[in-house]
Amino acid sequence: MTTQRTSGRRKQALAAAAAVAGLLTLAACGGGNDNGGSSSGAAGFDAANNKVAQADQVKKGGTLKFVSTQDADFWDTTRGYYGFMWDFARYYSRQLLTYKTAPGAEGAKLTPDLATGMPEVADGGKTYTFHLRDGITWEDGKPITSQDVKYGIERVWAQDVLSGGPIYIQQMLDPNNTYKGPYKDTSKDKLGLKAITTPDAKTIVFHLPKPNSDFEEVLAMVSASPVRQDKDTKAKYTLHPFSSGPYKFQSYSPGKGLVLVRNTNWKASSDPVRKAYPDKITLDISSNQNDSDQRLINGDYDIDASQTGLGPQARQIALKQHKGNLDNPVSGFIRYAVFPQTVKPFDNIHCRKAVIYAADHVSIQTARGGPIAGGDIGTNMLPPSVAGGEGQKYDPYQIAGANKNGNVNLAKQELKACGKPNGFSTTIAVRNNKAQEVATATSLQASLKKAGINADIYQYDGSQSSGIIGAPANVAKKKLGIIIMGWGPDFPTVQGYGLPLWDSHYILQSGNNNYAMIKDKTIDGLFDQYTATQDEAQKTSIATQINHKVSEGAYYLPFTFERLLNFRSSRVGNVYTSNAYSGYYDFVNLGLKSTK
Amino acid sequence: MGHRKTSGGPRSCGGPLAVLAYLIRRLFAAAVMLVVIILVVFCIFFLVPKWAGVDIASSFVGKQADPASVAAVREKLGLSDPIFVQVWHFFKGIFVGRTYAAGGDVTHCAAPCFGYSFRTEQDVWPVLTDRFPVTLGLALGAAVLWLVFGVAAGVLSALKRGSLWDRGAMVIALSGVSLPIYFTGLLSLAIFSYGLGWIDGKYVPLTDSFSGWLGGMILPWVTLAFLYAAMYARITRATMLEILGEDYIRTARAKGLKEQVVIGKHAMRSTMTPILTMLGMDLGALIGGAILTETTFSLPGLGQAVLNAIKTQDLPIILGVTLITSLAVLIANLVVDVLYAVIDPRVRLT
Repeated sequence: MTTQRTSGRRKQALAAAAAVAGLLTLAACGGGNDNGGSSSGAAGFDAANNKVAQADQVKKGGTLKFVSTQDADFWDTTRGYYGFMWDFARYYSRQLLTYKTAPGAEGAKLTPDLATGMPEVADGGKTYTFHLRDGITWEDGKPITSQDVKYGIERVWAQDVLSGGPIYIQQMLDPNNTYKGPYKDTSKDKLGLKAITTPDAKTIVFHLPKPNSDFEEVLAMVSASPVRQDKDTKAKYTLHPFSSGPYKFQSYSPGKGLVLVRNTNWKASSDPVRKAYPDKITLDISSNQNDSDQRLINGDYDIDASQTGLGPQARQIALKQHKGNLDNPVSGFIRYAVFPQTVKPFDNIHCRKAVIYAADHVSIQTARGGPIAGGDIGTNMLPPSVAGGEGQKYDPYQIAGANKNGNVNLAKQELKACGKPNGFSTTIAVRNNKAQEVATATSLQASLKKAGINADIYQYDGSQSSGIIGAPANVAKKKLGIIIMGWGPDFPTVQGYGLPLWDSHYILQSGNNNYAMIKDKTIDGLFDQYTATQDEAQKTSIATQINHKVSEGAYYLPFTFERLLNFRSSRVGNVYTSNAYSGYYDFVNLGLKSTK
Repeated sequence: MGHRKTSGGPRSCGGPLAVLAYLIRRLFAAAVMLVVIILVVFCIFFLVPKWAGVDIASSFVGKQADPASVAAVREKLGLSDPIFVQVWHFFKGIFVGRTYAAGGDVTHCAAPCFGYSFRTEQDVWPVLTDRFPVTLGLALGAAVLWLVFGVAAGVLSALKRGSLWDRGAMVIALSGVSLPIYFTGLLSLAIFSYGLGWIDGKYVPLTDSFSGWLGGMILPWVTLAFLYAAMYARITRATMLEILGEDYIRTARAKGLKEQVVIGKHAMRSTMTPILTMLGMDLGALIGGAILTETTFSLPGLGQAVLNAIKTQDLPIILGVTLITSLAVLIANLVVDVLYAVIDPRVRLT
């Protein structure tokens, strides 16, 4: 039996080696290197990273083909929370304000969409007044009114029916949740939310109980899109949202695919943002990333909608053969470990610092995929793409400098100061459905051991995060001293990134994101100052201060400022990455160079 | 000498009434088994997380959900009800449909209601019936291939025992059994679809285009059949070799019967009994979702649906597919038991 099994394994290994050789040979037949753009029409490596590629070659018409290994959480504008859904939703939804269709940092600036201009702000930042454009219509040709905008926003309050989406706007307009949502609204027109008034069909006024300097950013989220009351199918709206944008749903089958076609009632003259180049937009959901990557490379598809980057196999092929079709932007996400202060000995700052110093940051970066697929070594907790972020220039623990390979001596000094000169034992919690995170945990475990810190790895079901690591009582009970996570901004400001992570008011019994259990009055106060000021320079300065306070507290061990390696087909033009969408391509104005 | 008979009691000569009684008894047993499965699955999905301190409702709400929202969703899903109440609502829904009401929204799930997916806002039953034909097409197409090639290869190997053919076929069979589907599947895609470009390999519904459907199914069929044909070839060969040594085969040959009759009529009948048993089990399991094959080839069948559901904690879909799998295995085994009597006269249904 033993001989047979060994023989079988040998055959298996031989067959595997032959197959891999076959795959590589076939891959090598794929064509020449398009590093700088070539006859295949590729724009060149990083040609669309923070700049616009091939805008002048785009023609109107054709079918733009997306593929994705995951469907959106919801296509209902009130409920969607996936980053790529927010990007994609601009095809069929409009907001009062939206992000500029421009590359990089410029793309994170706001511009009027349904509104005629930026709002009139009065009453010390507590009143925002917008006027709607002429010619804005729904997919059936009826005009979009201020009441439609109000109703769409009111739906955010109906969390018992429309759960899933962000609720910033509810927190800013009605922090005590006095309004119960349009489905429980007893007023005749279901427009009972007092914080929003609509003096006429073209004017909408927001009354905030206290100023919030990011209110305009929140209005630019797709959850602030208009929804028409007679077309609101409540929970089922996600299956067929009624379009206010240049495209409308033709068909959607959850988990299979989506087809958008032109909304013939949309008027280009009413929309200064969207160019609406293709005639049709398709999204196929694939269950095999290798397959979808390969089809992307072969030209069957144009863009990966989920924008999570190529898989390891396709990455190697694309870097060798199709480099001119790749972009490598910073994503806006930071990957990190966080130390809950409720788990001993992480209540002691010196023990937290010991872990930061003991970690081998280069090994961790390699475990995450290296500089290209993983990202730059993270040195602090504010993404470089967010105003106030300093990137690697701010590196208080020399993570990317002198200590990048780990500094056991410094770690031991901190352990002594912590009262644990011989080290300690702890547990690293990591999602089992994220291979990179498990590899990161293993790498961290190995480097901590050198300093005498023994860490067990606890893998848990990632889809249960909110109940496992998001429940502080569970974290304390299971003694999860190190939690591996990642976070990206909901909107590109320090509030949109850090408020749920660092403000003590956001500590929740379940679904908590302030894993470190930070209760720092200075940080809370800085957030209050940030939301109260309208001065952009001051906002940026406060964002930097908040980041410094968080970093000084040693609550986090940043791993990487994540980078993406995304592929664009040679068919697409007017391509650029946008900071508003975490370094993803700005979908809404993609066009095709050939409509065939 | 191995008399193969069904699991139920002593042999008796059964007429049509006996067969009917047998069928009714087996169907009743299947129904009881299904109820038990539902209860067990319910406990696994809804009770175990509760014991582990995981609030299922929290995975249905957004990142910023407040406790009130979580509570509302819990009520909508009926998760605060005792487990037996949840099970009762589920059973009742299958026959009379079910209404989910919360927060001013009323969602009706028409009978047969196998639950409602709050992830995709769809009734579970239409999802199952939409995806079932894809999986059935995959399973049946592959079964035809593996039966034809697996059994033929097994028989020929047994008849030409020790020959080059026998050794060659068994080496290929060993490779088939050893190589996992996600490997052979990716390899076949890399060669025939991405490399040579002979087959598109992208699934097209049968209703859209027969040739497109065939093009999308051929690689999954061959990949799946390669694994199973290998197993069937080895089983067929071993069984056939055993049967060829039986007294009644020697008697048949001594009577001067032609070799084709001895093999085709006498030996094959006995050989087919274990093959049928395997086929019943395999088809039943595959109809419940060939997860690896469907994932590798992006086929929108039950396997892919359940994988997506696992990723998103879509419990109603997982429950629905689990029940379909159980049902398929039960039915396939029932059919196999009936077929025993058809292919082997020594077996009578009791």
